[in-house]
Amino acid sequence: MAEQVQMIDIYIMGKHYQVPEGLTILTALEYCGYRMIRGCGCRAGFCGACATVYNFKNDPQLRYDLACQKTVEQDMYLTQIPFFPAAKALYNLEELKPDGEQVLALYPDLEKCFGCNTCTKTCPQDLEVMWFMSDALRGDIREVANKSFDCVMCGLCAARCPQGLVPYNYALLCRRLYGHYLAPASKHLEDRIAEIEAGKFDAEIEELKRMDESELRRRYAQREIEPAY
Amino acid sequence: MYPAYMEESKHKVEVTREKRLKETFPRITDEEKTPLLQQYHPDFIEEGMRELLAGPNKGDRTPNEMAELLEGNSRVDPDKVDLDKIDYDVDVLIIGCGGAGASAALLAQENGANVLLATKLRLGDANTVGAQAGTQAADRPNDSLTIHYLDTIGGGRFTNVPELVESLVKDAPSVIKWLEELGVCWDKNPDGTMHELSGGGASRLRLHSCRDYTGLEEMRVLRDEVKNRQIDYLEFSPAIELIMDNKGQIAGAILVNLETNELSLVRAKAVVMATGGMGRLHIQGFPTTNHYGATADGLVLAYRAGAELIFIDTMQYHPTGAAYPVQILGQLVTEKVRTLGAQLVNIDGDQFIMPLEPRDVVASAIIRECQGRHKGIETPTGEVGVWLDSPMIDIIRGEGTVARELPAMVRQFSRFNIDIAKEPMLVYPTLHYQNGGIKIDTDGATTVPGLFAAGEVEGGVHGKNRLIGNSTLDIFVFGRRAGRAAAQYANKVKLGSPTLDHVRRWQRELEQAGIAKLRPISPKLLPDYARQPYDYLTGYTREKLTIGQVKLA
Repeated sequence: MAEQVQMIDIYIMGKHYQVPEGLTILTALEYCGYRMIRGCGCRAGFCGACATVYNFKNDPQLRYDLACQKTVEQDMYLTQIPFFPAAKALYNLEELKPDGEQVLALYPDLEKCFGCNTCTKTCPQDLEVMWFMSDALRGDIREVANKSFDCVMCGLCAARCPQGLVPYNYALLCRRLYGHYLAPASKHLEDRIAEIEAGKFDAEIEELKRMDESELRRRYAQREIEPAY
Repeated sequence: MYPAYMEESKHKVEVTREKRLKETFPRITDEEKTPLLQQYHPDFIEEGMRELLAGPNKGDRTPNEMAELLEGNSRVDPDKVDLDKIDYDVDVLIIGCGGAGASAALLAQENGANVLLATKLRLGDANTVGAQAGTQAADRPNDSLTIHYLDTIGGGRFTNVPELVESLVKDAPSVIKWLEELGVCWDKNPDGTMHELSGGGASRLRLHSCRDYTGLEEMRVLRDEVKNRQIDYLEFSPAIELIMDNKGQIAGAILVNLETNELSLVRAKAVVMATGGMGRLHIQGFPTTNHYGATADGLVLAYRAGAELIFIDTMQYHPTGAAYPVQILGQLVTEKVRTLGAQLVNIDGDQFIMPLEPRDVVASAIIRECQGRHKGIETPTGEVGVWLDSPMIDIIRGEGTVARELPAMVRQFSRFNIDIAKEPMLVYPTLHYQNGGIKIDTDGATTVPGLFAAGEVEGGVHGKNRLIGNSTLDIFVFGRRAGRAAAQYANKVKLGSPTLDHVRRWQRELEQAGIAKLRPISPKLLPDYARQPYDYLTGYTREKLTIGQVKLA
């Protein structure tokens, strides 16, 4: 059922290449002989290493994506994005307060956001970056954590922000504040840790460790399975 | 969007859905499991493996691709390295920065060590970020460490090292708490109870998740903490050889700057190997879920320094890699999809395996369905797969569940106009995890003094098959243990004079075995995906890749 492969024209940093249709930007670069060192990570859309910009031969409008996820198209102009510096505050999470003043104290530049929405338009994950920036300004830590949760920290928002802001680092701070201070406490977790420290399971585990394989197999086969849903 | 010819089979999946919603496929018995694995699991394909001809595990079998690298030639000529010219002098060197390396770095520093973290790509470029489903910890009232232990050891075909499993299950709840205190946002119910899910081979709901970005969330937080604590780190600086001393202890490592090829020497009293797995070796030609740097480097270095390996004849093939579209071939379709209720279905719309069996069983059953029973669906590029009926999830758990619980999967498939809340996904097993690795004790100590190991690079915890959610547990449990133990060891060890005699001995052994000229240079460092005739790093001339190989995305 294999079909005939069509070749398409692409331009890598201005140089013309022909590649088989259906490659991603990343595999097209490799097809053309580029050995990736930077700009390549998980190759599956999770790590943000391969953030890229591109446009087309007759369309100067810049587009943004992850090179490992975007399929190449006819007349695409591609490049590799160089390392992009981004400010990150150093902090001890234990000494912070989970509110907007804290975020502004660590990242005072946040106030320079003038709501141009470039960050949102740039985000390859389609996150509402400008909205969580405004949540951060209002001190709504929980909403920043929620709206920014799928951020892969690729850095495209920071690269394109006309004010030089770094939305992904502000969001990371807010998520850590939420996880540490604001998420409701899990009593059952605390209880279990206390039980373990009190040695509640020690004897049972010792017994299992010494058990011969046939008895382990029997116990395994007989274990009760909690329904998945 | 699926090609038109698949519509007929897709329609059968829709038609049978109502019947299947009421159907529980029976669990596999012990008697059925062994022949299924032996006939269809890639680990049992004789010609896929061979015996090692040199080193501490000489005579043990391992995949051909791994054997070539384990028997590889050093990148370093010991006579040309001046070991007195030290660039970094530290207590503990951590090699690799995924979840295990970052945890080890934090704990080593907390225990008083001066730490250097060296990694091949960026901080956090590791399989950790691709781990979607969750992290196991037995913290619900109807669960216990004993049940977690039994699930883990049964999933591992009863081969796991008992003491390591004990450490794994005992530390698990405190690892969850440690991560939360660092700011990881676990999925929770409004009353604070953890929102926990089941998983293949787990007999309780025990998976702690962060949507389907669990590993990413864990890694983002740990990477940030490494920076906050101002731990020194070097990116794009993989180790290419360990340095030992005249007493047979680890004494540091040689790093290479990947961009300039400059070497630097690290003197370290202890080294924690946390380099992850080997998916990018594409064992038996499988595509992989692994990140770009997963080339078994740490195994190679440790082996050459004399460390014993364990269970290197078992790889994990994740049952559900994407089989379509070709752009994401082999990329992970998280087990969480089955955890939430999706069944596996063949071309006729029939189930053929209980979807939450351990991974080795489910992968083998899918291969049997496609290769043995010819009930798979062929793709336009000649791949074959079975359906993973994701639309069942919203039917079982309510509209919006897929969007809420699986945003990464929704995003990935929507790029190709497939709405996984409405349409099934086509899947086939993909190379996912190295079950075995460097032999360790409960402190992560290897058989070489001063060398510790944590995470996917070590073996024994999972026996011959790892369960879902036990890997993102392993990296923190043993990363923390190894970091702590390495700092304590560094505090009391007295280093002798540095030497690369172990490399000289290794090269002599290869020559005596008559294989030195036949083997490549290792560690491999990066996969050979670039279609170019000459590789400046190795000096090896390569054949051009075919289109078929390029699609190994």
